[in-house]
Amino acid sequence: MPAADLARTVVFAAFIAVLGIFPGFYVGTSGVPIVLQNAGPLLAGAVLGARRGTASVVLLLALTAIGLPLLSGGRAGIGPFLGPSGGFLLGWILSALVVGLIVERAARPRLPVLFAAGAAGLAADYLIGVPFLGLYTGDLPAAATQSLVFLPGDVAKAVTVALIAATLHRALPGQLAGSAKRAR
Amino acid sequence: MTAGGWYEPGSSPVHRVPAGWKFAALLALAAAVFALRSPVWLGGICAAVVLAYGVARVSLRRCAGVARSLGVLAAFVFAVQWWLLGADRALVVCLRVVTALAAANLFTITTRIDDVVAAVEGGLGPLRRFGVRPDRIGLIVGLTLQAVAALSAIAAEVREAARARGAQRSVTAFAVPFLVRTLRHADELGEALAARGEGDR
Repeated sequence: MPAADLARTVVFAAFIAVLGIFPGFYVGTSGVPIVLQNAGPLLAGAVLGARRGTASVVLLLALTAIGLPLLSGGRAGIGPFLGPSGGFLLGWILSALVVGLIVERAARPRLPVLFAAGAAGLAADYLIGVPFLGLYTGDLPAAATQSLVFLPGDVAKAVTVALIAATLHRALPGQLAGSAKRAR
Repeated sequence: MTAGGWYEPGSSPVHRVPAGWKFAALLALAAAVFALRSPVWLGGICAAVVLAYGVARVSLRRCAGVARSLGVLAAFVFAVQWWLLGADRALVVCLRVVTALAAANLFTITTRIDDVVAAVEGGLGPLRRFGVRPDRIGLIVGLTLQAVAALSAIAAEVREAARARGAQRSVTAFAVPFLVRTLRHADELGEALAARGEGDR
């Protein structure tokens, strides 16, 4: 891996970690802080592209697994992966990959493409997370029902990610995923 | 940086098991917990894990912390599963969650991160012929921790700037400048790495 790619991968893994370390965000008038960390993998795919985005998520999860407290709430070790929501954590990898692949295919990543990518990334996360939870409870439909609780918040995050990524692609033309192909 | 994480030094038998074997044991236990459906067996394994905390002489403060977080999670899981699946299966699911997480936390508490890194390097050795460079893992761990520290400082600055503009409730007013500076930091790091001959070509 060239040094620039290695650096982006490493720094973005740290970026996702900081999203979790940072105290929650107060959105709108609600008093409930929103933790942005699970928007990180979507951003990684949308900003870095499939290869480096996925690599940064894998790196973050690997460092968590060996015991560094990088997940929100200072969670660390193998525990978070073996918990009921461990599938959603592993799903981050597929999530970043799917978002990256879609954004890279786009000639110019505009808002509609980024919305679609965010939605697909979210679906990819649930594709891993829900069956994992189903394995835990021994009942897939029940697992799906439980996961619905988190869907509205996750959709809001995917939309936010699309908005952020669209602005970022406008701010740094030719430097991010999708546009990188033409620069090369 | 709280890179020390959860590790608690000690010389108990649990601490002395090599990290690779301990990890294999943890995976075996997790697989067993997933496969078993009998509450009696699950309860037995759960009790064995609790006993292992005693053998490892984990400090009471740490035990209380683990018990508190697991207790909250278990209560929540039990309530939801009871409502959806009934009490019997709720108990099984709860025992699975508590046993697997307690064992995983015990691994993290009794194993030094350096030892885990060494075990991973050893474990990945056979992948060397596919271009994997296990000896670089230590470098990458260090780089990531440094980046976490640098980005935390940047995040605080960006948030302060957003607040000064009266935009503390806008996610984009925080995230976009934060990402731009994150990428700039990555470019600087990339140049520094290239200057030191890291990375291929």
